[in-house]
Amino acid sequence: MSATPAAAPAAKTARRVHIPNSLETTERRIAIGLVVPSIIAIAIFVYGFIGWSVRVSVSKWTGLLADYTFVGLAHYIDLLSDRRFGIDVRNTAIFTVLFLIVCLAIGLMLAILLDQRIKGENLFRSIFLFPMAISFIVTGVVWRWLMNPATGSRISGINLIFDKLGLDFLINQWHLTSPPWGIAFVVIPAVWQMSGFTMALYLGGLRSISEDLREAARVDGASEFQIYRYIILPLLRPVTLSAVIILGHISLKIFDLIVAISQNNIALDVPGVYMWRTTFDGNNYGEGAAIGIFMLVTVAVLMVPYLVNNMKAESDI
Amino acid sequence: MSTARVQHSLTRILIYGLLILMTMFFLMPIYVLVVTGFKSFAEVDLQRLWALPSGIYFDNFIAAFDKLAPNLWNSLRLVIPSSIISSMIGSINGYVFSKYRFRYSNVIFTLILFGMFIPYQSILIPLVQFMEWLGLRGSITGLLLVHVIYGIPITTLIFRNYYEGIPTEVLEAGRIDGADMFGLYRFIVFPLSIPGFVVVLIWQFTQAYNDFLFAVVLTRNTTWPITVALNNLAGSQIVQWNVQMAGALLAALPTLLIYILLGKFFLRGLMAGALKG
Repeated sequence: MSATPAAAPAAKTARRVHIPNSLETTERRIAIGLVVPSIIAIAIFVYGFIGWSVRVSVSKWTGLLADYTFVGLAHYIDLLSDRRFGIDVRNTAIFTVLFLIVCLAIGLMLAILLDQRIKGENLFRSIFLFPMAISFIVTGVVWRWLMNPATGSRISGINLIFDKLGLDFLINQWHLTSPPWGIAFVVIPAVWQMSGFTMALYLGGLRSISEDLREAARVDGASEFQIYRYIILPLLRPVTLSAVIILGHISLKIFDLIVAISQNNIALDVPGVYMWRTTFDGNNYGEGAAIGIFMLVTVAVLMVPYLVNNMKAESDI
Repeated sequence: MSTARVQHSLTRILIYGLLILMTMFFLMPIYVLVVTGFKSFAEVDLQRLWALPSGIYFDNFIAAFDKLAPNLWNSLRLVIPSSIISSMIGSINGYVFSKYRFRYSNVIFTLILFGMFIPYQSILIPLVQFMEWLGLRGSITGLLLVHVIYGIPITTLIFRNYYEGIPTEVLEAGRIDGADMFGLYRFIVFPLSIPGFVVVLIWQFTQAYNDFLFAVVLTRNTTWPITVALNNLAGSQIVQWNVQMAGALLAALPTLLIYILLGKFFLRGLMAGALKG
């Protein structure tokens, strides 16, 4: 979707020839003027508010009235020994690792399957992608019933299917499995929602690999498996990187899905939910802000190098 | 030769088998939503979750609609204007950032982009304070404003990538014909960007409609959009699970319809999130 590199120098010469310098300066000023409101809005609502949050995170503020008495890093230090926050970090770690592995594996598998000249490819692709259009809240509400932990005469949900198929060994407590593994089951609805996206990324990558390359490998006697193993998978590495970054930041921020599935079950808590609860139900503004900043830092570690890289790559063109 | 052919058919069977298995996994929740939704109150039974309804009954939908209709209306009142405003802002920004590079424009663009990845918990307290101060907390207008502002990064990105595809020569040609910046936008860029508008409108519609975090802290019970109302419905001990399911289907319907009708454009918005449009 980017302009052809060849067009850029030609355009520059053209502009120099046809546009009087003064006009270009005026236009440039107007152009900048048009984006200034957006820049100011982002400066305030993103960067200004982050700064303000940092300020709240080092102040005393508990209760409904703002109290900016400086307490240093007290809230951050409190978090280190806070049992609930410990659960949150552990849950996020388990969730993120499993979510990434399963999403990438299923996404890649679906993409490779769909790349085999499949009849009805469009239909399959649409089915794998539609959960992306639905909110995490709806997903959570439905999956909570599918992952019904009841057994015996009250058995329901997916457990009921396992029971009917004679797969009793698969019957389990799902998200109500004893900690820390309950959160691992919340990965299932998350994968249901996001693996289609991963598939679409990989499919885009697969389609950009030229058929000639595969043909050449076939002529050299490589099997289909070898072609994937030694040619295609290495070429898909940049796609995997993008997918890890996009899925990773979603998983570090996971919030709505947990709210809808856990319904206040602390065993499934994550920082996003804790921040919301402690701030707006518990009025612990200082602590809430500290959790928010903690989340920001974890996401920034992932995103900033990626964004800077992207920017540099574009300037090079 | 014939063993090769047998092997080939076996591979095909395996491929289609896996695809069908995955299709069942993806459709399972929708199946449950639909069959439960159309059951009568009398046949709702957790132990018969997977059974087909004995006929088509609307009891659950009527009950769910009764509870969620005002919230659905709130959502639409919020989402339709906010996605229109967002796309207009995004189009202007995208035009400038792709065709009028200025000093530090790349750095500024990247700083704007960062705004779409932040966890909103890190700005939530100031945001609530600020909206309170503006007197907009609790109102749909306030939430609308918030969606428009935090939509700036993604809409700017989608339009910028889109406009990168319009060759600068086309604009130069327009310039020779005497068009100024606004003329170029009005007569060349805007007409070419209708598909871009569709992508952004759909994307912003879906994002704002599906949002929960902003809505839950910035609205009150009369202004709750449907996600908040549905979550409360699902957490309620009084409302039956079959009504919750009907409510979930109802809540999913608008974005699902858009996806079914305009899926291609939806996918393009999705891919923009991966940065390289």
